[in-house]
Amino acid sequence: MDVAVLGGGNAGLCAALTARQSGASVIVIECAPKEFRGGNSRHTRNLRSMHNRPTDLLVDAYTDDEFLTDLTRVTGGRLDEALARRVVRDSADCPSWIRSFGGRLQPPLKGTLHLDRTNVFFLGGGKALMNSYYAAAERLGVRVLYNAGVEGLELQDGLFKSVSVKIDGRLESIPARAVVLAAGGFESNLDWLRDVWGAAADNFIVRGTPYNTGKVLRLMLDHGAQPVGDPTQFHCVAIDARAPKFDGGIVTRLDCVSLGIVVNRDAKRFYDEGEDFWPKRYAIWGRLVAQQPGQIAYSVIDAKARGLFMPSVFPPIEAPSIRELATLLSLPPDALERTVTAFNRAVRPGHFDHAVLDDCYTGGLIPEKSHWARTLDTPPFWAYPLRPGVTFTYLGLRVDERARVLMMDGRPSENIVAAGEIMAGNILGQGYVAGVGMTIGTVFGRIAGVEAARHAVA
Amino acid sequence: MLSRELLAQGQHVMTVCNACRYCEAYCPVFQAMESRTSFAKGDMLYLANLCHNCGECLYACQYAPPHEFGINVPRVMSESRLASYEEYCWPGFMSAAFRRNGVLASLVLSVACMLVLWPFVQSTSTGGNFYRVVPHDVMVGVFGIVGAFVVLALAIGVRRALRSYGVSAFRRTDNPVEAGRYGRALRDALSLRHLHGNGADCTSDNEQRSPWRRWFHHCTFYGFLLCFASTSVAAIYHVVFGWPAPYAYSSAPVVLGTIGGVGLLVGPVGLLTMRRRRDPAMTDPSQRGLDESFVAMLSVTSVTGLLLLGMRERPIMPVLLLVHLGFVLGLFLTLPYGKFVHGLYRMAALLKFSTESQ
Repeated sequence: MDVAVLGGGNAGLCAALTARQSGASVIVIECAPKEFRGGNSRHTRNLRSMHNRPTDLLVDAYTDDEFLTDLTRVTGGRLDEALARRVVRDSADCPSWIRSFGGRLQPPLKGTLHLDRTNVFFLGGGKALMNSYYAAAERLGVRVLYNAGVEGLELQDGLFKSVSVKIDGRLESIPARAVVLAAGGFESNLDWLRDVWGAAADNFIVRGTPYNTGKVLRLMLDHGAQPVGDPTQFHCVAIDARAPKFDGGIVTRLDCVSLGIVVNRDAKRFYDEGEDFWPKRYAIWGRLVAQQPGQIAYSVIDAKARGLFMPSVFPPIEAPSIRELATLLSLPPDALERTVTAFNRAVRPGHFDHAVLDDCYTGGLIPEKSHWARTLDTPPFWAYPLRPGVTFTYLGLRVDERARVLMMDGRPSENIVAAGEIMAGNILGQGYVAGVGMTIGTVFGRIAGVEAARHAVA
Repeated sequence: MLSRELLAQGQHVMTVCNACRYCEAYCPVFQAMESRTSFAKGDMLYLANLCHNCGECLYACQYAPPHEFGINVPRVMSESRLASYEEYCWPGFMSAAFRRNGVLASLVLSVACMLVLWPFVQSTSTGGNFYRVVPHDVMVGVFGIVGAFVVLALAIGVRRALRSYGVSAFRRTDNPVEAGRYGRALRDALSLRHLHGNGADCTSDNEQRSPWRRWFHHCTFYGFLLCFASTSVAAIYHVVFGWPAPYAYSSAPVVLGTIGGVGLLVGPVGLLTMRRRRDPAMTDPSQRGLDESFVAMLSVTSVTGLLLLGMRERPIMPVLLLVHLGFVLGLFLTLPYGKFVHGLYRMAALLKFSTESQ
């Protein structure tokens, strides 16, 4: 084989399709079974794309400057600007590239209209897009191995030689002229998470694929590849604590935090629930819950909040009084009553409007609730348990503008390229902005595919 | 009937879908779902009859089996649809027919119809005049009675469907948008609009997209309509103008019947072939007989009709006529208790959809 692609998610498939189109023979090595192929991409739904004028999918304009500004803002400047510029620039033709392989796109879903200028949506979601890519790969003659976990990488003088893969319990060595590393981060490796976060990690829920064990990342770091990104950090959101340990995806998210109060195991509030709108709120609450004892919290609302947030996949825990609710949640009833009473007393009169940063706030509380503060007084009372839901990790491999992996001596490896989450830390040192993971995967998948094919076919 | 387990399963599926919504742009099932937060029995039966069983949402689903959520919308909708046929069936005791409806049952019924018609055969002389074999009055009498019963049974079924969906078919309105709901529902039904969602085709028998299921359905449906038109025109010729059959090969009844008959042959055979190739993940195996008996009856009716036309001058005509009439009568009798009802309950669902989505 000319090119071996390790990982069959978005970045891997973009690389495989591009390398194949460039004339290379390609094999994709995917550790998941066919049903769960596609890594975390199967849970995605959109891609951020710049454009200078309205397109058939996106309104107005989203210029390269604005995109870059957004990236710089969410990462706090922790990005490689040259690589980020490349992602931004190449994001423009991602929609037409996706369509050329049969991927179907649509304008934003209802309820995500705030993204109608910036993000194109995949019709049916990321798994549908992956299906289109796999179908295209099959048409073009790309070979795909499923249930094929990478066990080792053979390198010689910084050059890739072969990959050893376990298939049906047998170890097989697959040589190739170039390799694309597109095997994601380590967020589903519970041991690794525990190494970084201690026992608290046992209470984390992994929102995506159970197959991102970081094996390829670890092998490359052991081979002397340069790391990038904070090894202790991960992107995490607050999700329903009843979610499955892995693969719960989008439906486990919960967005009623701002409509009531959030208490910890001791029935105490710990952060301003009304601080900001969805994107920011979404990004910080996972970490806030992770810092609470037992990594658990409870969002408590009353009947006034019903119907104001996206329906959750799990039913609310319901009780006619705060006291009974506390009992159902195994919280100290007196403490919860005290917290709610104190909160209710502190609520100042205002005009509730969930669509703006309204004038409903509390006075004299620690912490205050700065918007959407309404008394919790109308039964039945509802509660949702919250846990940190890990989306992805930031630790990755440093690459250059041609997606080549940089080794410890600072030189790029000639035939090892990386794409997707395994190198996203170059562009996204921290934080997140909707749809940028798929943009990085698509842009660098294509770059990696071209580079790998160039090396292999030359 | 919609069992408690099936209702609970449908509610589970819709709850997950409603929290995800990735499939929103595929078809009206998801758009109708999003305007609801809970799913009562009537809601589930309504959504089930909006579903074309194309499979797009199953292949796209991140929660499809073997995921522990086990989301399979086409399958649960298919099973709920069958339950809706039973729920709306009149008279109620006949609902058992939906699960026992097989090709064999329909054939036996048709042969029985032939035997019933047998004593009315007047003459085996030919000359292409059907009424000399089975008198006109007998045909009108038998088909009139059966037809009236069938129309009554179907009408009661549709009324029950509308009630269960919670839509009023005849509400008076001065609002032109609301008045347009009939037109929109009819357009969606006649064009199978939601079987090519987003302007492109849908998947149908497997993961590949193709237009064939839509085209074969069009052949079947419009073939059926043309055959019906042929009979109606012939009746008008006979009753209004006093022109007796047989009609020339270039006459309206024969042309309509021939084109319709070909459609009614090509369509069902195509649908049957596609059904056999369908991904078993999204079909309900217990409905195989229901689906196959309807398309089998349609194609047999068509084949015998075309044969009858081609051989109406031959001595075998009386036999063919008896056979054809037996199949037509059998087809009519099974209409309210077979797959035919899907069109009416879907039409009612489209009316509900166009009413609530304006």
